[in-house]
Amino acid sequence: MKKYKITKNVRDNILTYGIVILAYFIIQMMIHTGKISSLMQGLLVPLCIYVILAVSLNLTVGILGELSLGHAGFMCVGAFTSAFFSKCMEDVITFGFLRFALALLIGSLSAALVGFLIGMPVLRLKGDYLAIVTLAFGEIIKNVVNVLYIGKDSSGIHFSMKDSLSLGLMEDGEVIINGAQGITGTPKDSTFTIGIVLIILTLFIVLNLIHSRDGRAIMAIRDNIIAAESIGINITKYKLMAFSISAALAGVAGVLYSHNLNSLMATPKNFGYNMSIMILVFVVLGGIGNIRGSIIAAVVLTLLPELLRGLNNYRMLIYAIVLILMMLFNWSPKLVELRKRFSPRRLLNRTREVQ
Amino acid sequence: MKKITKIMSLILACAMTMTLLAGCADAGAKDAAEPSSDAAAGTNADAEDNGNAGTHTEAVFMIGAIGPATGGAAVYGIAVKNGTELAIKEINEAGGINGVMIEYNFQDDELDNEKSVNAYNTLKDWGMQMLVGTTTSGCCIAVKAETSNDNMFQLTPSGSAVDILKDNDNVFQVCFTDPNQGIGAAQYIGDNSVAQKVAIIYDSSDVYSSGIYEKFTQEAENQPFEIVSAEAFTADNKTDFSVQLQKAKDAGAELVFLPIYYTEASLILTQANAMGYEPKFFGCDGLDGILNVENFDTSLAEGVMLLTPFAADAEDEATKAFVSAYQAAYGDTPNQFAADAYDAVYIIKAAIEKSGAMPTESVSDICDKLKVAMTEITVDGLTGEAMTWDSDGAVNKSPKAMEIVNGNYSLIQ
Repeated sequence: MKKYKITKNVRDNILTYGIVILAYFIIQMMIHTGKISSLMQGLLVPLCIYVILAVSLNLTVGILGELSLGHAGFMCVGAFTSAFFSKCMEDVITFGFLRFALALLIGSLSAALVGFLIGMPVLRLKGDYLAIVTLAFGEIIKNVVNVLYIGKDSSGIHFSMKDSLSLGLMEDGEVIINGAQGITGTPKDSTFTIGIVLIILTLFIVLNLIHSRDGRAIMAIRDNIIAAESIGINITKYKLMAFSISAALAGVAGVLYSHNLNSLMATPKNFGYNMSIMILVFVVLGGIGNIRGSIIAAVVLTLLPELLRGLNNYRMLIYAIVLILMMLFNWSPKLVELRKRFSPRRLLNRTREVQ
Repeated sequence: MKKITKIMSLILACAMTMTLLAGCADAGAKDAAEPSSDAAAGTNADAEDNGNAGTHTEAVFMIGAIGPATGGAAVYGIAVKNGTELAIKEINEAGGINGVMIEYNFQDDELDNEKSVNAYNTLKDWGMQMLVGTTTSGCCIAVKAETSNDNMFQLTPSGSAVDILKDNDNVFQVCFTDPNQGIGAAQYIGDNSVAQKVAIIYDSSDVYSSGIYEKFTQEAENQPFEIVSAEAFTADNKTDFSVQLQKAKDAGAELVFLPIYYTEASLILTQANAMGYEPKFFGCDGLDGILNVENFDTSLAEGVMLLTPFAADAEDEATKAFVSAYQAAYGDTPNQFAADAYDAVYIIKAAIEKSGAMPTESVSDICDKLKVAMTEITVDGLTGEAMTWDSDGAVNKSPKAMEIVNGNYSLIQ
């Protein structure tokens, strides 16, 4: 019995990794044979970013069972710290790969730190209250970034929260973070291959955590907090653990994001609650707690508005309708029942029974 | 009842699948057309392969444009879309550029940097050879990194940030850069001694506004006036300006400089009037459009001065013709963005005529030719007379100072 259970887990995980790796090789083949459009090629890195975001949020929402609406805030932290680092070190570390690896480390660590600090007071709340507080924190992060002015010249780093003039830079100075105008000229280090490696790393961390002792403790908290407490599980520790890991992974996505585009600004569109809710939509559509579902949902929902470009003005309208229909198709109880009745597996079994 | 629900669900599910499939088919068609657009986008057979290229049998120039067509900034994107479309229609009716027709495609970027790059890639798949875009500064910075990689000719109608022109030689602007507007405004106020004490209210969360603000303050040090207060607001907090106005009033400012867009400016004017504060107001091209704000008492705007390259009710022939054609086609008064985009197309036309570029050449060859031609041409447009360009891409034209008199923009001589 025990042996069977492990094989099921392993089989499930292999399937998840397999899908990612297979997708990677198919895309690589398409790139080499030139059968891929520039639009798709430009979307490859964003796809990786959204997959990582969806998987990491699923850790908070699905495994820890707490609703977080501030995920884009952690992404924002990762994006800005790493882009700042890369801009500063562009001349010092010329070896792109090493610089990007360090940027990844810095981005994820700072996001984890912010996640930890925010998590400490916030995780005492539950349900709707937690959701609203995380929403507020996400907005705070975005707004703080928007008033930061940091510049660099030969005498060191200057900092201001007023405007870039009050930095008092010398002639050779350069404004790195220019308030609402953000950071421009981040080196383009993100590639599809790095993105895929990071997805696999994310999956490795999340899937291993879920199937570990710690992961079971986290899920126990989700299922019944009183029961979990009564058997001696340290609630605060495990909650913070899941929350910080989730934030760190969002930071990784932020690093990929900032090193994919030349201009990085914290707008309501990319780091505001719109984005947090978008990530939550990926998770909910893919199935709360279902890692593979998150991956597929993130890919489908990122591609959809781009594939609908042919519809011109009706694009966003159709996108919204398709989103509603997909949600109904996936999760409306009646349709779930209907799908089960006509599922291929069941039909197969029935023919077998007849035989 | 149950049956109806079931039937309904089935129908809806079918509808969804159809939509999905339609989306896929579209993508498939694009994918299939891709290799053709990649390899020399102009050859006849390829143009025919590409379903979007229509039924032309001869080579055409493919011009793409990008801007926000949905969301809060849609006004600007749609203006650029229409302005470009109008100019291209006119050129095609007049026989094209050197006898070559133009194909046009506009893509929405939702005011998002990432989506803007997606839009650019979509246009590349379509076979774009020249880009009129993007409409907004932030997106433009993200897209120019891509165009400079591909060596694609880019002419932005309204992307005014300085960073757009940095580190590349393929991007040109139709509008002034933000610093030029700030410096221009400060010099105008100083030279004409409009005021001695100046207050500024600006949007610190907006690239355009804070860009102008910074240069204005820098230039003000060399000018015979004094900045007595500089107050910021942000996009999240732009309905109540009484604090900023009170500070300006207390500091005794005679002139309030508003490097912001007209929506907020109309609120500032109304609120200043309510508190009995009557300074002179001075703005940049963002104020263009203030007379069309709904429910705004335009008599309050009387005497407002602005530096803008375009005013829809100017009296010259070109503007009149453009405005009436625009109104006939889109039922709307064109703003400065539409005029910029309209000019952009004619600038490209002039550059192509100068360089003799042909649509059969590769994107990169066209770009190299146009880059040279841009520094040699002089264009008279709606937004400026005798416009010329530096090799770094910035435009040289003189700003026009307008004053609102009797509910109309009138040029200050």
